[in-house]
Amino acid sequence: MSTNTAGQSASSANPTASQPDAFGAQEGVVDNVYLSQGGDWDDIVSSQAERGDETIVVNMGPQHPSTHGVLRLIMEMDGETCTSIRPGIGFLHTGIEKNMEFKTWTQGVTYVTRMDYVAPLFNEAVYCLAVEKLLGITDDIPQRANEIRVLVMELNRIASHLVAIGTGGMEIGALTVMTIGFREREMILDFLEAVSGLRMNHAYIRPGGVANDLPEGGLDQLRNVIAWLDKHLPEYDAFCNENPIFKGRMQNVANADLATCMAMGMSGPVLRAVGLPHDLRKSQPYCGYETYDFEVHTWNTGDAYGRFRVRLAEMYESLKIVKQCADRLEKSTGQPVMVADAKIAWPAQLTVGPDGQGNSNEHIKHIMGESMEALIHHFKLVTEGFSVPIGQVYQAIESPKGELGCHVVSDGGTRPYRVHFRDPGFNHLQSVPVLCEGAMMSDVVVAIASLDPVLGGVDR
Amino acid sequence: MTDQNPPSQNPPSQNPSAQNPSGQNGGNLNTGQQNPVQQVPDELTASEAELTPTTPGGVTTAQTQVLGIRTGMWGSKGGSGDTSGYGGISRTKQMPGLTDRPYGGWFDEVADRIEELVPGFGTGRVYVHRDEITFFVRPDRFVEVLKVLRDDAQLRFEVCVSVSGVHYPGSVGEELHVVYEFLSITHNRRIRIELTCTDENPHLPSAVAVYPHTDWHERETWDMFGVIFDGHPALTRILMPDDWQGHPQRKDYPLGGVPVEYKGAVVPPPDDRRSY
Repeated sequence: MSTNTAGQSASSANPTASQPDAFGAQEGVVDNVYLSQGGDWDDIVSSQAERGDETIVVNMGPQHPSTHGVLRLIMEMDGETCTSIRPGIGFLHTGIEKNMEFKTWTQGVTYVTRMDYVAPLFNEAVYCLAVEKLLGITDDIPQRANEIRVLVMELNRIASHLVAIGTGGMEIGALTVMTIGFREREMILDFLEAVSGLRMNHAYIRPGGVANDLPEGGLDQLRNVIAWLDKHLPEYDAFCNENPIFKGRMQNVANADLATCMAMGMSGPVLRAVGLPHDLRKSQPYCGYETYDFEVHTWNTGDAYGRFRVRLAEMYESLKIVKQCADRLEKSTGQPVMVADAKIAWPAQLTVGPDGQGNSNEHIKHIMGESMEALIHHFKLVTEGFSVPIGQVYQAIESPKGELGCHVVSDGGTRPYRVHFRDPGFNHLQSVPVLCEGAMMSDVVVAIASLDPVLGGVDR
Repeated sequence: MTDQNPPSQNPPSQNPSAQNPSGQNGGNLNTGQQNPVQQVPDELTASEAELTPTTPGGVTTAQTQVLGIRTGMWGSKGGSGDTSGYGGISRTKQMPGLTDRPYGGWFDEVADRIEELVPGFGTGRVYVHRDEITFFVRPDRFVEVLKVLRDDAQLRFEVCVSVSGVHYPGSVGEELHVVYEFLSITHNRRIRIELTCTDENPHLPSAVAVYPHTDWHERETWDMFGVIFDGHPALTRILMPDDWQGHPQRKDYPLGGVPVEYKGAVVPPPDDRRSY
């Protein structure tokens, strides 16, 4: 397994480097620069042929099923051994951060939810927490809103880990893990659909609280989901934990020790798999996580198998939190789910109708038939939005993939001045050369899966 | 472990004007000279603050960043006039939270330690806002500061979690800001370091030599804002195509879009719509 530093991979791509860089990369060693434009692939191949060695360049992606989206990997192969690998990203760059600068603070939620589409509720949560911090209303968020946020985040964490484990298993031939993983995920998505009206891209968590309360019968459905997960989560342990093929493909693959993790800024299950119990839910709690009873699980190998085991253990912990949420939500039935400040809170308390659309007949009756001022207020708040005081904040939460951060700048207007997201996948993907160089090509697939990048979040 | 939030002897968020989401200047509407240090308990005026040396460590209080001028009642930009009767109001938009010693809690410990190891590292600007601290660091001392942040046991910021650019075309002489967020897992602390440069000379030192994982983050900042990180091993585009012209997240880069006509009325593209 390669012990190359990241710097070598980065520095070696600079054809004009004339002196050793900070990583001690050798002077004069020059690697080829591969650009992501089309059309010059023949040139690359012919230049490789001219070099006269045995290596070939393999272009994996961007449309390859085992790159978790539109990731491009440019690999230099010596036989089956990957001697050099460069990830190319940006194929799913949609300008979310730029677009948000032209929408109100509330509308921003509908953009951020589309970044990491496997864990959309975390994007919404970190953005809303950042906006609330800048507004100075963090302590005014109703308790029930925080309980619902924790509930949907933890369910989403289970769903995200199921995708990570399921697709990762599928890529190494463990197809059953994928089929049962998506079965469980479907139960969770059904619940999230009942709550928010959508299976993904929920735009459910809003600055000030959540868009609407749990639906009628929502807690019963939640109990069903809990019972289902209680029954079926142990199947993954039984299928995988001691499966010799599974272990053979995962163990000692994509190794990273603690020093590597620190140098590459790893977080989340990747970092916990080397034994460091760093979890922002514990160390810098938000949404009241300090009041829930759960453990931070670690592993001691730092390989793909360790990351799998950490994710597996985390699903049980998430389920534990979900159960506590269910009990608390039963007690807090009827309490508000949006901040009391009418200058920030969305004016209507929407409910998800039978058609799946949000609406509130009571509110429409009020603004259309009873109060002109309420209509003006509604119109101003919905079209113009609320303004956020000048300043900047950084908020980080523990997403299923690691530290998801949001840097928000306001110039005092009704639109974000600048929003930047620190997606854990973006940070993790740059360590692919560290994890993969010197390994087999088949291990590259496992390594990428063990990092669990979602390119919607990586490229934003 | 140290508590994440500092004790609240100097909490800017308790300033009532800072909590008023509708009036950013706390009712100080028509002077155009908002006191830049109003967050400081001892109520220094702007001119006093400029003249007052602060700590023995050599940090001097600087002027806060000015983002621009907001005119009218709503700050509306665009064709329609301000019919509120307050169309003549002009307010200066300034960054809040410019703070003098003491910063509160462990903020002072960190500031003292950096000052001890890298004397004169700061430009004098330190913001404490929303329980977060921002140091403005002189670009020529930046790499030194990074080394002590990472290596010193009392600081030990293991991870530079995020690099983000911000373009302030209204802040003359410091149009481009690059914001580094640091996390200390050991001490459970977060600090922010901000560097500034101008549009004309967008050069800043790279952090990659000390924090290798800022590689892609700096590439993204170059891609989006055109900040050139000197010493970066391979500063190429990362999100945009390699042959792209321009840096999309700068404020002078248009969002694009076309006007949409519907039944005779025209909806302008998003960046031509009225904003506040």
